[in-house]
Amino acid sequence: MSQMLSRRKLITTGLATAAGVSGLGAAAILAKRYGLVPPDHGGIFGVGETMTYAAQRILMARHSLAREFNRSQISKVAPINGNPPQNEIYQRLLAGGFQDWRLTVDGLVARPTSFSLAELKRFPQRTQITHQACEEGWSFIAEWIGVQLSTVLNFVGVRPEAKYVAYFSIDEAWWDSLDMPDALHPQTFLAYGMNGQELPIGHGAPVRMRVARQLGFKSVKHLRQITVTDTLKNVGDGLGSAGPAIGYSWYGGI
Amino acid sequence: MVVSAALAMSESAQVAGLAIQSSDVLDSPRHFALVRVTHWIHTLSFFALVVSGIGILLAHPRFYWGETGGVGTPSLFDLPLPFLVTNPPYVGPSSWGRSLHFLSAWICILNGLPYAIFGLLSQHFRKNLLPMGSQLSGRSISRVVSNHLRMKRPSEEESQTYNVLQRLAYLTVVFLFFPLMIWTGLAMSPSVTSVFPILVTALHGQQSARTIHFFIANFLVLFLLVHVAMVCLAGFTKRVRAMITGQSAARKEPT
Repeated sequence: MSQMLSRRKLITTGLATAAGVSGLGAAAILAKRYGLVPPDHGGIFGVGETMTYAAQRILMARHSLAREFNRSQISKVAPINGNPPQNEIYQRLLAGGFQDWRLTVDGLVARPTSFSLAELKRFPQRTQITHQACEEGWSFIAEWIGVQLSTVLNFVGVRPEAKYVAYFSIDEAWWDSLDMPDALHPQTFLAYGMNGQELPIGHGAPVRMRVARQLGFKSVKHLRQITVTDTLKNVGDGLGSAGPAIGYSWYGGI
Repeated sequence: MVVSAALAMSESAQVAGLAIQSSDVLDSPRHFALVRVTHWIHTLSFFALVVSGIGILLAHPRFYWGETGGVGTPSLFDLPLPFLVTNPPYVGPSSWGRSLHFLSAWICILNGLPYAIFGLLSQHFRKNLLPMGSQLSGRSISRVVSNHLRMKRPSEEESQTYNVLQRLAYLTVVFLFFPLMIWTGLAMSPSVTSVFPILVTALHGQQSARTIHFFIANFLVLFLLVHVAMVCLAGFTKRVRAMITGQSAARKEPT
């Protein structure tokens, strides 16, 4: 009797396993088709990253807005992580008051363009008072002033096959990317001002990315270039940002 | 979190229901198969969550209340631990820590779901975790408490079912601490709170959520220590065997 039971158990377990495996296979194919697989999906941790990213892309409204705050809630202290770029290019730009700074926007766009700071400021100006949390655990609330990334992308004309927007810091070590829902999100800014002032050096002068629905590391400072692309395989080491190579995930919605 | 870790506590543990004759009880498995499997998967994911949680914590072992907080702002309390990040190249234990934390959180949730559904449908929660009316009298509670204080082992009959302290401990872990860990965890996500802002506003802010998450994690680790201590006191080999094979601990004993 116990033998029969164990045989039945074996068959049920086998069937359940087979169903589970084929279910996972089907899920993987669907996930890939609907853009639910992050670029850093490899390895054991990639399983967790993929589940988090896919779950959030399915469950979260595409343009849900990060919370915005009152002026009175702006943090008196906005901690700064890391140093400004140490390279000669940045020092020269800084010395010239960023007069010679340009933001190149290229890739899958109709009109590749290089913007000066003054040109960026001519786009409709927007502000947001949002919470920025560092992956380390600390956070602050600040007012960010700038232009919506979507405004600039619309200006250069994004081609329909675009899937990601990669952006690069003057500090060669740093770059990152967003999928189109986050790139076109109304709170995704090219920020050139903070708390009523020009953007301070420590916070990314002259222009930083600001991604309100993700952790601070996605808000790359000291931008120099934005590239629209349909694949991240050929950008950097192909993992979507500088983060995965040193252990940080590509998706920072958490 | 400690959903199913809760289930092994055990000076006593029984699943088959009280109405069953004791000879049946001895022949039936001490724990349901699903409870046994989810228990051990949960054990692994809980350890991974604790280890990776400590990894994340070491990037900034300071706590705040409200929405914001950081170096240069007053803290609620500081742990006597080093800040293990963050000058170039900005790599600390929070990097792999966060990846492991989320992977194991997913395993924990996907493992906890069948456990919870099963517990409801099979009446496991109602029969074995909800204290019985007779257990709630002052006299019976004080007897259990005094037995624990005197480290008196339960009789074979008593150990066929969870006592009132076990039931309350398990209920707290499964239905209070576990949901609170998920809630406070989600409340730290800027993406999730963009859709459900009440998750974080109800807690007074993202830093408050982080602080509560830390406290409950401590309670869960404390629970685990007591749980393991009780298993040792009750007979480590017998209880662990019962949670692996399901074999009633009493069966192997000479009658």
